[in-house]
Amino acid sequence: MSVRRLSPNQPESFAFKPATLKAAKDWMANFPPGKQQSAMVPILWLVQKQEGWVPEPAIRAVAELLGVPVIRVLEVVTFYTMFMLEPVGTHALVQVCGTTPCQTRGSEDLMAVCKRRIGAQNHRSADGKFYWQEVECLGACANAPMAAINDRYYEDLTPESFEALLDDFAAGKTPKPGSAVGRVGSSPVSGLTSLTDAKLFDGSLGKKLKVPNLPSKASA
Amino acid sequence: MPGILADKDRIFLNLYGQRDWGLEGAKARGAWNGTADMVAQTPEWICDQIKASGLRGRGGAGFPTGLKWTFMPKAESERPHYLLVNADESEPGACKDRDILRNDPHLLIEGCVIACKAMRSHQAYIYIRGEYVHERERLTAAIRQAYDAGLLGKNSKLGYDVDVGLQHGGGAYICGDETALMESFEGKKGQPRLKPPFPAGAGIYGAPTTVNNVETIAVVGTILRRGGDWFAQFGTEKSTGTKLFAGSGHLNAPCVVEEAVGISVRQLIEDHMGGVRGGWGNLKAVIPGGISVRMIPAEEAEVALMTYEDLQARGSGLGTGTMIVFDKDADLVKAIARASYFYKHESCGQCTPCREGTGWMWRVMERMVTGEAEMSEIDLLLDVASQVEGHTICGLGDAAAWPIQGLFRHFRHEVEERITRYRAAPGVYAGAKVAAE
Repeated sequence: MSVRRLSPNQPESFAFKPATLKAAKDWMANFPPGKQQSAMVPILWLVQKQEGWVPEPAIRAVAELLGVPVIRVLEVVTFYTMFMLEPVGTHALVQVCGTTPCQTRGSEDLMAVCKRRIGAQNHRSADGKFYWQEVECLGACANAPMAAINDRYYEDLTPESFEALLDDFAAGKTPKPGSAVGRVGSSPVSGLTSLTDAKLFDGSLGKKLKVPNLPSKASA
Repeated sequence: MPGILADKDRIFLNLYGQRDWGLEGAKARGAWNGTADMVAQTPEWICDQIKASGLRGRGGAGFPTGLKWTFMPKAESERPHYLLVNADESEPGACKDRDILRNDPHLLIEGCVIACKAMRSHQAYIYIRGEYVHERERLTAAIRQAYDAGLLGKNSKLGYDVDVGLQHGGGAYICGDETALMESFEGKKGQPRLKPPFPAGAGIYGAPTTVNNVETIAVVGTILRRGGDWFAQFGTEKSTGTKLFAGSGHLNAPCVVEEAVGISVRQLIEDHMGGVRGGWGNLKAVIPGGISVRMIPAEEAEVALMTYEDLQARGSGLGTGTMIVFDKDADLVKAIARASYFYKHESCGQCTPCREGTGWMWRVMERMVTGEAEMSEIDLLLDVASQVEGHTICGLGDAAAWPIQGLFRHFRHEVEERITRYRAAPGVYAGAKVAAE
């Protein structure tokens, strides 16, 4: 398991912005009455979107909002590794997938770029713009190696294309997510081997059909 | 034709997302077609059709889906029934559900309605992993479209009311286990529950719940549209149908592709994935079903079939059908050491054998990578792995042991050579030069 602690440097207070609070209430209404605790992870994620990380006063505020003891929120924040427990880069939070499928396709080279440009992982860069970490499988293995930057997936990376991405982020831009080699989704880079039959897409499958094997007299 | 499945028999027609993922596009490709006629039938009819199709859970365990649905109570009570869709795809190698979520979300939503009818449920939740932000946005939009079109919610045009809601996680692999998923769903740490009680008796909020994988639910609509016998004609008696397969690692064209179950590993790799880097002869090993199954060496991959029974007989498993391929240049010890780190990182900490064992196994594996380990530690490692396996509440302990067992079963000599080489090399300890003089 991963050991995670709250940062020793915490702000004095935390307040929900109106938009965050509205989204949080929407999540609470998504679950049956009395089961608002289910909204905890989504609300903490909203907090992280607002602040960039999850500070300690926010943990108390979420506990109050949901009507649960603070420890219930604290244990969730420290359990789920998506929650950042200290401030991250102002321009980019770079999460490089380092698990085996990405490792076999060169994620270590990407992390070497991070180390050179940003410094040690789990620390902000000297200028405060970047923060990077190695994360476990992000579920885009057919497009390895990849990195999630500010929650968007950048795939099929090479050290060169990765550096270009970081340059863009440093300049305050947000490059288009997706494959760096122009692949469509997770299709084979050498061209489609399936789904080439035009008849699939001429609308004929949308025409009214008779469901097979129905019982002779339908009884609902 | 590459592969063994014709285009006309594919289910996921927008797998790569070149076409409209929205309601109109999905309808033109056949989604939501005849759904009202299906949900007008009895739950028994739906379960019988799914049983006849031979569909098995696509999340890795391969439990027969139609049978699983019949475990739900046969009558509605004051406790609502829930369908919980497991979209917490985090297994290294697996990236197939992501393509359904972002490119064919309506097949999943339609499947939720049909599966809910089969289980006398009116509420489905889709639990999607937290990192899939884009996929979550897509799914949210698709659910909104379905509500606006009157396909979901009260007074549904389909004649059977189902609500579909979303929940998301926070980046924990363990939440892919069905009971951890339920804990996490309720806003707690994702630590698995003891079974019994089984989810069909007491799941989320103590109510009857069935947890199914995204792909399992997403194929249901098309199976009923074309008939269980259509689906059952593909594959073997015990492994039927079509399935999404993925390939990663040392391939020329890693991809996700829908194929008939039963295709050979070699044909899948050569027809769809551009072949192994450096040619088929350069293949060293394949992990056929996501990192948690044992690897098979090249000579077995030559003849292996992508079915539950064939891969099981080879000491491996079909798992999620997502392969990781290694060529002759690959450092398998390092690859498995990285997998061990993954399990160490993702252990929830609840059961002692897993919490302590995964960390211990990872540290020993790291020393095996460099060769620093003692020769006797190989057997010790295998002994510890076998003691973690089967002694934990959920399957993560087993999954942590299997990749290591697979490595030593087929490539023990590589580790032994590495240790011997390390010992033969001049000393690398501090002061070695001084000692040599």
